[in-house]
Parts: sequence; C-alpha cells; structure tokens
Amino acid sequence: MSPRFLLLLFVMAGLVVAFAPLPVQSVTPQERTIDIDARQYTYSPSELQVNKGDTVTIKLISTDVVHGLYVDGYDVSIEANPGQTATLTFTADKAGSFRFRCNVTCGAMHPFMIGKLTVGTNNWLYRSIGLATLAIFGTVISIKQKA
Amino acid sequence: MAKIELNRNPFIENALKSRYPQLAVFIVMLVGYIFAILAGLIGTPVGSHNFSIVFVWIAWWAVLILVAVPFFGRGWCAVCPIPLPGEWLQRGAMLAPPNKRPKWLNLRVPKMFRNIWLQNISFLLLALFSSVLLTTPNITSIVLAAMLFAAIGLSTIFERRAFCRYLCPVGGFIGLYSQTAPIELRIRDKQACVKCEGKPCYNGSEVGYGCPWDVFPGGLTKNTYCGLCMECIRTCPHDNIAVNLRPFSADLAKPTTRMDEAFKSFIMLGSAMIYAGVLLGPWGMLKDAAYNVGSNSWFVYAGVFLAIIFGVLPGLFSLGIYQRQNNIAFKQRFASLSTALIPLGMMFWVAFSLSFVLTNASYILTALSDPLGLGWNLFSTANTAWQPMLTSILAPAQTLALVGGLIWSARTAQKAANESWTSSMPVIVYCFLLTSVMLWLLL
Repeated sequence: MSPRFLLLLFVMAGLVVAFAPLPVQSVTPQERTIDIDARQYTYSPSELQVNKGDTVTIKLISTDVVHGLYVDGYDVSIEANPGQTATLTFTADKAGSFRFRCNVTCGAMHPFMIGKLTVGTNNWLYRSIGLATLAIFGTVISIKQKA
Repeated sequence: MAKIELNRNPFIENALKSRYPQLAVFIVMLVGYIFAILAGLIGTPVGSHNFSIVFVWIAWWAVLILVAVPFFGRGWCAVCPIPLPGEWLQRGAMLAPPNKRPKWLNLRVPKMFRNIWLQNISFLLLALFSSVLLTTPNITSIVLAAMLFAAIGLSTIFERRAFCRYLCPVGGFIGLYSQTAPIELRIRDKQACVKCEGKPCYNGSEVGYGCPWDVFPGGLTKNTYCGLCMECIRTCPHDNIAVNLRPFSADLAKPTTRMDEAFKSFIMLGSAMIYAGVLLGPWGMLKDAAYNVGSNSWFVYAGVFLAIIFGVLPGLFSLGIYQRQNNIAFKQRFASLSTALIPLGMMFWVAFSLSFVLTNASYILTALSDPLGLGWNLFSTANTAWQPMLTSILAPAQTLALVGGLIWSARTAQKAANESWTSSMPVIVYCFLLTSVMLWLLL
C-alpha cells in the first residue's frame, strides 16, 4: 500500500471519528435546579451533569465576596452578592463539556475559579481519544512500512 | 525540504549585521520590562487589571508559547531585555567595538554548573509558586526584578551571558523546544572554521564580541544553546554564518545524551499536566493548596508536584524502556528516548496556553488603557467587558495540538529508538497514555 494512500485512508478515518453523527439517547427533558455555593476560588459542587434538553436553573449563593458564573459556549451569566442568591435559567441544548467560571473579579485566583458542566455525554473527549488512537496506529503502520 | 539561507538576502543580512535594529527592539523591550516591574509594585493589586500580570502572563506568554518558540526557537532570546544591563556593564559599552581588556571579574562558570540543572531548579521553584506568581502583581514584579539583578550580578562575576545560559528559568525550556523550530543558525563551510585563525566568533574581534552564549558556532549541531544574538554574523571574517529556514524538528534526529536535558523534558511535560489540572480544572481543593503557599496543603501539593515530575513520570518511562539485554547503557537510552517527549511537551503547553490565553485575552485591552488600574482610559478600551474568545474552536484546537504532538513524538521516538537499538513502542504507548490524560484534563 502506497504511503500516500495510507495517509489518505487515515485522514478519512480521522474525519469519521471526529465528525460522524452518533446515535442520540432520547431522554425526556427535565427541569433541574442546582444550588451552587461560590467562595474564593471554588464552586461547590464544581462538576455538574445534566441531559441535553434539560431546563437548568442555577441558584448561585456567594458565601464571601461578589462572585459571578459564566458558562462557556452558552454565553450566559449571573452575579451573586455575598449572602444573596442569584438565579440563572437556561436550556442545555448543546451537548458536550463546558467550563463555567467566575466573571466578576473576586481576588487573586479569580481567573482560575472554574467549574465544569457536562451536558449529555462528553463525546468530544471520546472522539479525541479515538483520534489519538488512530494517529498512533497510523504512525506505527507508517514506521513499519518504512522499515 | 532543503534548507533556505535567509541571510543570502542582502536586506536580511544587513539587518542582522547592523546592531541598530536589534538595539531598537531591545530598548522597547527593556522599557516594557521595567514598566512591568513598576506596574506590579505601584499599580492595582488586582492581577487581571495590572499591566505586569496581563502583559507578562497573558500577552507575552501567548506570543512566546504559541508563536515564538514553535516557529522561531530562541527568537525570544534574541530580543530578551533581561541580559542587557548586565551585558552593557560587563562590556563597558552599549554598541562600541569591544575593548579587549576584561571588565569586572570575567570568570569562567565552574564546570559543575555548565549544564541546565540550575535552570531546571529555577523553573521548578517558580512552578511551585506559580499560582501566586501568575496572579499577584507585586510577586511578579519581584521575580522580574530578581531576574534582572541576577543577570547583572552574574555578568559582573562571570564571562558572557552566564544567567541566560545557566540560570534563566525560561531559557531552559526555550532551548529544549527550540530544537523543533524551523529556524537555525549554522556555519556554511566547516573547513572555513577549521582554518580560521583566532576564532573571532567565539573570542571576539575588533568588529564584535565573542559568542555571549559561550558557543563555538563551528560546532553547532543543535539549537539548544544558541541564543540567536547574531553576534557571530558580525564577527565572522569569512561570512560563514547562515540563518537557515529548515524542516520542523530537524535537531530531534540527533537525540540527547544528557540527563539534565532529559529531565527538562519530564519537568515541562509534568508541569503542563499539573497546571491543566490545578489551574484549569474544577477542583477547588487543588487551587487552594497551590495558592496558600506555606500551608500544610501547599507542602503536600509541592511534594506531589515534585513526586510526579521526578518519580511518577520518569519512573513509568523507565519501566517502559527497561530491557535486561541491550548493548547501550540504560542511562543513555533513557536520555536518548526522552527526546521523543520534546514535541509532545511543547504541544501540551500549546494546548494548555490556548485555553488560558483565549479566556483571558480581553484583559489585554483593559490593561492597555489602564495599565496601573488607576482609572485611566488612554485608548478608550479601559471599560472593555471581560469576554472569553473563540470558545467554540478551543476544544478542536486543543485536540489538534495534542494529537499532532502525539504523532510528532511517535515519529521522533522511532528515530531515537533506532539510535538506541531498541523498540519505540513503549515510548509511543507512554506518549499515548499521557496524551489521553491531558485530553481528559482539558476537554
């Protein structure tokens, strides 16, 4: 098999791994309310799991200074004053893993006050590991061919 | 791909031979550096609104790790302002031709320190305090000032750029990763160097200084210790120095045999993974431990940090490459095969930095208009709202960087394994496992 054909084959396989549609598990959307405590420089809980389509209500309670919560990818945010509760509601209509982070300067480690929201399955992680596996196979085969 | 001699072009050759363009850049950089020190000391203590934090750890870091190192190797070292005041003091001149009489003590660095172990240690020291360093303006200022004064002090004691070559925490990893860059400085004709009397490129002459990096250009085979200062282009009487455009990672075909360089690979690889977990992960306990320097939890964090870098990562690597019967000593194989970790480590840093930089880049506009956080609005951008940039392409870009680094490392492993008469598979599997962990941490 010529090296160019092999490369083409692996690139095609890579595209399939990266972009092929996956069967979607149909789960009835729910309304979820999640209480999150925010303090310098962490959220509790800091890892959230919801299903795609869920209506998510986050009640953010700040226990020390003013904190915010901004969800990457959804571009929605709230701010909570100390001792008060702020509420954010959005529909989790995009699947995947998203960081949520403080968007109000709250102290030195503010840029690293981060949590993680997973909507459905974090397919991109599995696709990426699949790509890494494919890349290794491709490289090993190409090395063996050269040898 | 054949090499292209960039300085065959008369414009480039003249620009490199003249000291003035480089001096102009140096002065801008030095002014920026001193301003960063001052901003950290007198400006707002809020890191995300202080020039020192925003321009050093977001803007400069982004340029360094995403552009300068991958594409220009030690290009940053060519314009870095840190050695300048010390060098001017050492030479007793800014631009004038060298006076042969040595200034100050002009000692040779003791042989036991002529390696990068001190750079490994200085990087680790900063790494252990990085959560404070990256977020606290006056700490950043103190570190920047300490580096400047250390460079000045060493210039008065030792010859050439002892700080850059043996102590700079940044220079160590730039040197390691510069081996992958598509730029190199090499000689054109070996015989011209062999016959050259006085070796002015190394010893200096009436037209220029001897190599500040303590490198004889005639013997250069890797980028690691060439600071691209261009002094040899000015001093070579035979016009024998070329700045070449070359394929990426050309130097990695010649695996290292040095343990200090091998451990540098593990230090960089491990630090990128730990930072991805601690700084970008959702685990508040880790952030608390990393930030509260001096607390019990910080000592545990520091211990785990060092254990991962000096124990877990090299230990697993050693287990993978261990063979009872091999004509090449284990230590030599360890060093040689660790070369494969260089591209992977660099791409780990690229993937980590993409996330950090794109999320915080909007602070650059704010700090540009109000560098001290005093309520100025110099360019009408002081009130720019914080907004992460390009979040939709972040994860694919990180995957591309990490998987690309994995392929690059696997191919490098094969070359290194051929040199060591061993199999590359354990190293490839090792790289795959680390890449999977990094993907999990970042995605």
